[in-house]
Amino acid sequence: MSKVQNAIVGSVRTVLGWMPSQWLPGGTPDPLIERRAAIGRQASRLDGPLKVAGKARFAAEVIADRLSYATLVHSPIARGRITQLDTSAAESAPGVILVLTHRTMPRIESPALISMSDFSAVGNSDLPILQDAEIRYNGQVVAVVVADTQEQADHAASLLTIAYAREEPATRFDDAKAKSRTPDSLLIERNHVSVGKAERELAQAAHRVDNLYRTPWQNHNAIELHALTVFWEGEDALTVHDATQMIAPSAAVLAKIFGLKKDRIRVLSPFVGGGFGGKGLWDHQILAIAAARLIGRPLRLVLSRESVYRIIGGRSPTEQRVAIGADAEGRFTALIHGGHSVMPTYGACPEAYTLGSRSLYRAKSFEILQHHVELDVVPNTFMRAPGEAIGSFAMESAVDELAHRMGIDPIELRLRNEPERHPISGAPFSQHARRQAFTDGAERFGWGRRQSEPGARCDGEWRIGMGCATGSFPYARMPGAAARITLRRDGSAVVACSAQEMGMGTSTVQTQHAADRLGLPLSDVIFELGDSALPAAPMAGGSSQTASVAGAIIAAAEKLIGELVRLAGNDSPLAGLRAGEVRLVDGGVGSIEDAKRHEAYSSILARAGREEVTVTATGSPPLEMLKYAMHSTSVVFCELRVSDVTGEIRVDRLLGSFDCGTILNPQTATSQFKGGMIMGLGLALTEETLFDERSGRIMNPSLADYHIPVHLDVPEIEVMWTGIPDPRSPLGARGIGEIGITGVGAAVANAVFNATGKRVRELPITLDKLL
Amino acid sequence: MAIRVNGTEVASPDDARVSLLDHLREGLHLTGTKVGCNQGACGACTVLLDGQRVLSCLTLAVQADGREVTTIEGLAEGDGLHPLQGAFIEHDGFQCGYCTPGQICAASAMLRELAEGVPSYVTADLAQERILLSREEIRERMSGNLCRCGAHNGIVDAIFQVATEKAA
Repeated sequence: MSKVQNAIVGSVRTVLGWMPSQWLPGGTPDPLIERRAAIGRQASRLDGPLKVAGKARFAAEVIADRLSYATLVHSPIARGRITQLDTSAAESAPGVILVLTHRTMPRIESPALISMSDFSAVGNSDLPILQDAEIRYNGQVVAVVVADTQEQADHAASLLTIAYAREEPATRFDDAKAKSRTPDSLLIERNHVSVGKAERELAQAAHRVDNLYRTPWQNHNAIELHALTVFWEGEDALTVHDATQMIAPSAAVLAKIFGLKKDRIRVLSPFVGGGFGGKGLWDHQILAIAAARLIGRPLRLVLSRESVYRIIGGRSPTEQRVAIGADAEGRFTALIHGGHSVMPTYGACPEAYTLGSRSLYRAKSFEILQHHVELDVVPNTFMRAPGEAIGSFAMESAVDELAHRMGIDPIELRLRNEPERHPISGAPFSQHARRQAFTDGAERFGWGRRQSEPGARCDGEWRIGMGCATGSFPYARMPGAAARITLRRDGSAVVACSAQEMGMGTSTVQTQHAADRLGLPLSDVIFELGDSALPAAPMAGGSSQTASVAGAIIAAAEKLIGELVRLAGNDSPLAGLRAGEVRLVDGGVGSIEDAKRHEAYSSILARAGREEVTVTATGSPPLEMLKYAMHSTSVVFCELRVSDVTGEIRVDRLLGSFDCGTILNPQTATSQFKGGMIMGLGLALTEETLFDERSGRIMNPSLADYHIPVHLDVPEIEVMWTGIPDPRSPLGARGIGEIGITGVGAAVANAVFNATGKRVRELPITLDKLL
Repeated sequence: MAIRVNGTEVASPDDARVSLLDHLREGLHLTGTKVGCNQGACGACTVLLDGQRVLSCLTLAVQADGREVTTIEGLAEGDGLHPLQGAFIEHDGFQCGYCTPGQICAASAMLRELAEGVPSYVTADLAQERILLSREEIRERMSGNLCRCGAHNGIVDAIFQVATEKAA
């Protein structure tokens, strides 16, 4: 996050800009874009039968002899120190095995923070973990109680006596703004973007809007609680069944913390009950593993829902200024986006709410700059579409406000400012069809029936409105993803890497991909994931996993071709052909030029006297994402009703029109899009982690008091896509996990304005804000 | 006393504090019943107690003494899938699969409540004897089962299909 990083990324981009595209990954489009079989088909998820029968085994469901159970105790104050700690009553309670406090916790290093320069670092916080008497945020773990049963542990935890000396915490957002810091970079992007004189352009603009938008703390709330089951074999071999979206990186970090050789630790996570950014490496895994080592017994820790809120960070609140200046025709002359979000120095995850605004619109001038506010809080982390989900709320509300002020249709205003290249870097788009996404979506939704005058449509007590918004989420493919292909003599294949399945459909889609890549039917391919003993996949984050794993499988398949050509030898119909002249097709290797020259895998392996061939390879460096502007795009339409009497909002229709490259599996992709959009309804209307600024305490740490959408809140959602392959990405696909939520907040807010004439610039849009 | 779980008699736990949920998961290793909040807010732990849906996290195991508990593992007859289980797969009524057993158990009891004419918040005429099946009725009656992956449309479609096939 430094000037050095800006300089490096900047120079790489410059060099790549000069380089001919065929030299780079994605320079020539993935041949599978043209000849896919299983990819693109509707296929029910392969793990469905296990999941509906309750047989998919999650982290807290591993059976163990002599299993022990742990409970966490949290600090009720935000800053200060423990002055008195009496564990005797707890220790003598029935069944108690261990009370772990800062006095008894082994001395350990904290994990290295998530970093853009070291993808193996995955810490969300580098605060000491139960290492001293200091309290640094409200909710920090001050003790772990371990007992023979959960009931015994829970009861004993209530018997601890702890006294604290309080100090004045920094917990007020507005106060802390005065001392905010300004980072040089945000993820891999430069923080400060200044093109032309935006403030002057704004002041001189024919039309302008300039407002503040606020968004609250939010929490992921995956239904599966964070949990792990820990097994030590002696002091130097560890197996962890964890609920995590970062299997291989967690294993590497834990090995370092606990002084283990890399082959003596195994992290398994074949099923994860939802992640959304929250299932990373936090204090609880380290505490549970340390406790299990001390007692020499298997240990299970399932966080209570309250504990999840206390020690797993959520989405930072923001206060954003968006100002847009436009000339008489609506062409943007100034685009200003900046503001404040929380990021403690001990955290790793900036809420990069301005990233989307850099690629959405052409403008004569730009001024973009974010500031980080330091508070004494559990460090915020990435939550589905970090930055974009709430940045798009501010930007796309502002565009709607400008359109209304100018008396232009908001879609028309957006299309007048549609960029031909990336507005800041000037890089060409790899593939970009927002215009089509708008046109197709508007037609399907019936946008033409919208009344531009707010409050013009009524039905009894209900005022009816329509709104739309667009969003952008960057394509990412992570470096270092590896995969292994094992091809057997019977012509079947096992493809393996340590990827994560949190419900996105990864195991299904990569099976489809591997089948097509190897020229095999779906039934002859097994895709293994969820285990750090497999070749390392990066974390599932940034909507990058599909492209990253696909890139690794491509590399492994290329290596396999070389191996098979070598094994085929001179007695094969392939004799004399080089690796570049063949492809994997119809259950074997075939000449690209001459379809008749083909030999089945079974034949090649039989003649070579081999039972199987195994290759492992790492995907090419993801240079395509630095040379091209690569973004998934959403266009969201919403129709809703607002009660004149109560202010109640009911969303009646929601449509998402997406431009994300190839859609690999229409069924699982639809579920990803809808899932994001429904989380967007929560973001727009109900979700808010209530933070008491006096005590720094989260006041609604439960699913009863933090309101996620329930069945009655969710209408029939329509989803459509352009489906145009991206020539620069594996399979022509870009990420779809986070673009679904992006734009929903503004689409709802704009529909509320259209219904009522009231502009709400603070999420969530609750009833009180409309009365 | 003993509890019957999916047709088999099992002992009650010794510790009276043990919830039915923890007894199923930790005592009997019937981990198809899920834990999402332990406070009755999410519905992931829904099981059937004498055919009625209950939240097993808010039910003490000893309260099930002498009664019949049906979990996701015992919902289907034989080794196949219950029609709801098949319909959930067909309509992609889940992603991560964690709330799924609770959704399916709740749906099976809910369809019985509908058939018995139990009205809901969205029932227009509380006096009518037969409740008209609608997606709105399903949505309201399933609102105690949270899903964070956003599979709501698929869940409602799956239940609607099974309900319609039943009625036919």
